[in-house]
Amino acid sequence: MNPVIAAHNLKVVRGGKLILRVDELAVEKGQVLAVVGPNGAGKTCLLHTLALLEPPASGTVRLFDVDAFNGNQLALRRRMALVFQEPLLLDTTVKRNITLPLRMRGISGREANARSDRWLHRFGIGSLSARSARALSGGEAQRTSLARAFAMEPEILLLDEPFTALDYPTRKSLVDELGEVLKEMNLTTVFVTHDYSEIPPLTEQVAVLFDGRIVKRGSSREIFGEDFLKKKSYAPWET
Amino acid sequence: MEVIWQGMVEAGRLLATLDADVIHITLRTLQVSVTATLISILIGIPAGTALALTNFWGRNFVVSVVNFGMGLPPVVVGLITWLLLARYGPLGALSLLYTPTAIVIAQAIIASPIVAGFSLAALQSVNPKLRLQILSLGANRFQYFLLLLWEARLGILAAIIAGFGGVISEVGASMMVGGNIRGYTRVLTTATVLEVSKGKFELATALSVILLVLSFFVTASLSYLQQRGRRA
Repeated sequence: MNPVIAAHNLKVVRGGKLILRVDELAVEKGQVLAVVGPNGAGKTCLLHTLALLEPPASGTVRLFDVDAFNGNQLALRRRMALVFQEPLLLDTTVKRNITLPLRMRGISGREANARSDRWLHRFGIGSLSARSARALSGGEAQRTSLARAFAMEPEILLLDEPFTALDYPTRKSLVDELGEVLKEMNLTTVFVTHDYSEIPPLTEQVAVLFDGRIVKRGSSREIFGEDFLKKKSYAPWET
Repeated sequence: MEVIWQGMVEAGRLLATLDADVIHITLRTLQVSVTATLISILIGIPAGTALALTNFWGRNFVVSVVNFGMGLPPVVVGLITWLLLARYGPLGALSLLYTPTAIVIAQAIIASPIVAGFSLAALQSVNPKLRLQILSLGANRFQYFLLLLWEARLGILAAIIAGFGGVISEVGASMMVGGNIRGYTRVLTTATVLEVSKGKFELATALSVILLVLSFFVTASLSYLQQRGRRA
């Protein structure tokens, strides 16, 4: 079966500078791929390109076996969800933050409400449904952002360091919850992170991005070694 | 103080007795200023949005022109509009000079850059990452603009308030292109100037009080909308 996400000879240029040059990247259906790398390695750029928010200077992105950036960005974006480092909620209630994107994607009001209730409850914030998004704590806002992404029932989920701004207990509980949900849904996911301890609950598959290139790809044990969890400061691009 | 007090009493009397002249002037003022503000919204918000969201060669120059336009002297706008609408001017065939429409045109020219400039600033203050998030949520172009305007709505309403404030208070352009014709193009500001020139300070004060009250109610309504948006 062809991969759900496939990039080939991808080059992204910003301000005349080559930011990303990925020769090959493939993510199979249901696979969760963690992308790690230092600041400025091009992780966010890669995610934005896969989310069809930033066109490449050259190369191809194929999603669901279809060449992207052929004027089909909107249709393809509506089959994906992207969670940023910041929650980036709209200035309205928590519930409308979930239902608005669903309505934009042509889902009925009744179904949107049902999905909103289900996912807010799933992430433990059902009681905050009527609250203004501005009044949420950092953890609540990021839960809302995740609930919004899952309520869209995407076929591809892209996560850009979604837990970075959170304190350790909140981060840990959210990573665990996310791991459970990803397993349940068998969702094709690309997950960018700085914190390697977030990887084991989510996936075994890791790609290392350095200076815009994927320099390593394999299981977390292959990349980090057997005892990588103990080495919190381990930097896999320094080999 | 005596003149101001007598002016306030006179304003009350004129309104209480529904003085035909004053009611007409007040309604004309409201009609031209609200129409001009609506036109400036139709021009200014799309222009501000386009400038905020696009990049093209010469964009900075266009932004400078818009910002410069925010402080256009009404009397200069009046003169230009007069030259355009004068019988021998390029739009002379329309016979619009010394009509309420001429005042609306001049006021819309004054207010449009104000609305565009404030809208541009409001939209540029929206987190650029939120723009990407909105696109990634699956918004089409129309939904994208609508959501961005929603996010910038406090600033957009400030733009409308500033635009209305700019036109309700101007006198030079209305005088030049309207001609201050009694019962036709006389508005509160031009009527006030006329009464002062005639030495009728109480009536001028009364007209000013009515202008202030009118301006306050329109601005307060817009502010109410704006602040309700803040709590949403």
